[in-house]
Amino acid sequence: MRLRKKTRERLFIASFLAGPLAVYLVFVIWPYIETFGYSLTEWSGVAPPSRVVGLKNYADLFHDSIFLKALGHNMIILIVFPTVTIVLAMFFAFMLNVGGRRGGLGGVKGIRGSAFFRIVFFFPQVLSVAIIVILFQAAYESNSVGLFNAVVIKLGLTDANHPWEFLNSPTFVLWCIMFILIWQWVGFYLVLFSAAMQQIPRDYYEAALLDGAGRTQTYFKVTMPLLWDSVQTAWVYLAVAAMDAFALVATLTPGSSFGGGPDEHGEVLATYLMRNFQVLGKAGYACAMGVVIFFITLILSLVVMRATRRERLEY
Amino acid sequence: MSEHGLPADVSRRQMLVRSAAIAAMVGPGSALAAGCAAGSGSSPKNNNSGSSTGAASSDPKNPFGVKASDPLDVYIFKGGYGDDYAKAFESMYSQKFSGSQVGHHSGQNLTGDLQPRFNAGSPPDVIDDSGAQQLKLDVLNNSGQLTNLDQLLKAPSIDDPSKTVKDTLLAGTVEMGLLGQSMFSLNYAFTVFGLWYSSALFQKNNWQIPKTWDDFMTLCATIKASGMAPFAHQGKYPYYMMVPLMDMVAKNGGPDAQTAIDNLEPNAWKSDAVKNSVEALYMLVDKGYMLPGTEGLTHIQSQTLWNQNKAAVIPCGSWLENEQLKATPADFGMAVFAMPSLNGDKMPQTAIRAGAGEPFIVPSKAKNKAGGLEFLRIMCSKAGGASFAQNANSLSVVKDSITPDIEAKLKPGTKSSNDLYQAANGQIISWYYLNWYSQMEKDLEDAMGQLMANKIKPADFITRAQAAADKCASDSSVQKFKRPTT
Repeated sequence: MRLRKKTRERLFIASFLAGPLAVYLVFVIWPYIETFGYSLTEWSGVAPPSRVVGLKNYADLFHDSIFLKALGHNMIILIVFPTVTIVLAMFFAFMLNVGGRRGGLGGVKGIRGSAFFRIVFFFPQVLSVAIIVILFQAAYESNSVGLFNAVVIKLGLTDANHPWEFLNSPTFVLWCIMFILIWQWVGFYLVLFSAAMQQIPRDYYEAALLDGAGRTQTYFKVTMPLLWDSVQTAWVYLAVAAMDAFALVATLTPGSSFGGGPDEHGEVLATYLMRNFQVLGKAGYACAMGVVIFFITLILSLVVMRATRRERLEY
Repeated sequence: MSEHGLPADVSRRQMLVRSAAIAAMVGPGSALAAGCAAGSGSSPKNNNSGSSTGAASSDPKNPFGVKASDPLDVYIFKGGYGDDYAKAFESMYSQKFSGSQVGHHSGQNLTGDLQPRFNAGSPPDVIDDSGAQQLKLDVLNNSGQLTNLDQLLKAPSIDDPSKTVKDTLLAGTVEMGLLGQSMFSLNYAFTVFGLWYSSALFQKNNWQIPKTWDDFMTLCATIKASGMAPFAHQGKYPYYMMVPLMDMVAKNGGPDAQTAIDNLEPNAWKSDAVKNSVEALYMLVDKGYMLPGTEGLTHIQSQTLWNQNKAAVIPCGSWLENEQLKATPADFGMAVFAMPSLNGDKMPQTAIRAGAGEPFIVPSKAKNKAGGLEFLRIMCSKAGGASFAQNANSLSVVKDSITPDIEAKLKPGTKSSNDLYQAANGQIISWYYLNWYSQMEKDLEDAMGQLMANKIKPADFITRAQAAADKCASDSSVQKFKRPTT
């Protein structure tokens, strides 16, 4: 029997997809389903769940002040971190690609040394989280020998007997963490936006320059609109990263068992989840948190994709 | 969330913090606890008899009826003590049971490695359950996963069959492992807590070890005048400062104050003992005796500054010496003194917090439970204790296992902590709440961090501590225990 051409084609494609799909199902989709199942139970995490409690874990979540506090912190990160990262990355990418004074191909080029800067900005991306943690532990050190403290003391903003607390300050701990996140990710999006900018035909800029547009106008009227796809991608990824922030908070902020201090001012959902899962014997409750985080992330991604949808320009 | 990115130091500190002396005093009430993760009736019970435990024999050489043909599966937390000492125990085991296979696994990520095995019902036969990723003993026991170790205590000792294993352990060891009336974990390493100093520095400046808090304040003023910070602490982890505070509370309030706090009695934290102690401790902050910025430092940062004589005194447990081995100058003379006394103390100044840490467990669903128990019995022999002292550079809970030639090799800090323990003469401070009620301990640590950062005052700390205790007392999902009366 001969299969129809279309069927054969489909089988051919399916044979390539089956492997990855199976891996995805087993290692991503199935754990999600299991997590959802466990979230409906009372489960200590070290023996099979003891009983089914329905949606009780979810109901409890919304009366849990620490959970709500952590959620609030994630929301602050969600607003500040992607915005600042994208704006900075866009700005730097623009400067590196079309910010130069004059000359170059069609009168458009990057500032001097742009190739060098591009590499330097990308550096943080190459470092593992463990190295970043050790670096910033030293930079934020709360006594006078810490890197940042040495600077502020030299500047005369404070003295050696009153060093700034940085990560131990209830007011600034979250901002200290966001600073690292931004530092870590700007380089990556700079490269992403640079690549996108280089795809914009030079004659657009040439034309804009001939029409007498300044640098600012070129940026807002030509560059930004044509980068929209990349910005959309960046939003989704950064929003997901903002909902996580686990590694930095767990290792850098004060407090035993996944940090979150001082006094819960650095707590995020992921660290609170882990403490419940691994330390407090409330694994079922932690699973409910995981499901909530999953849906928040999912909804965020959908909203971002929807809200930023534009007509695509082919060039 | 897969990337923890934990520097090894952090996990090592927490292993010590969580497991050392104070740890493992998980609460009484295992009978209540069976199947009680939060009051359910259907979870697996204890005594899910393994394949080879029922066969206990009366042979003093093999009281648990170990079969050499059964493989033994050992999991060791590889922290400050390393895992060489465990390999030594393993070779003792395989020598005794020739032909037996011993599987050795070690790591720091206990929850990650073992949680799935417990859930699947196939845990290892012996676990050194320690470290930042420690599986909590109360949680394990609530789920019926621990073997009752009373049979180990009743078994004949390897060195002298006329004695039981219990007779060969230092006083307080059994209590550390009690859950209700029975012992469920063997806490093997012996730890002493106090205020640490450099004897070389103190001698050079002719500073005397303070006996009373007033003496200590005078000394601090002298030290500060000399240009050095009197006191440092591991502020990133407020756990460390909870130890001196609660030592002072225990000494000042005696058994009544301790019972009230451990039993979550109303207004337990409003007692004079607590008030006196918190106010005394806060003087260090208020009078500017703290190393500037120490409230945000990690254990390694603060302890290293202390090693560099940037601060004179630091609170810690006796793992400090091993932890700071590389940072300690050769002529430092590491030593420790007991918390100075307040006016009207009910316990002597020499009383200290000391005891067994590093809990070893035998899971109730282990395949070779007899082998696991026998492994612990070997650890409790004199040869075992001596081997631990040599391989892990620490004292163990085995009586008389330190021979003079081993004692001669003790490092100054270990020797000093040993002296301190002898001087305490049985007056040992113990607190139970911090392992019974993890959430309450967390709340207390949060408040302590704020007190040490001078963000709240002693009165606020007491209010918050009482609130934490009340919250715990009224939380029906938390299983409650009673402090044993001695």
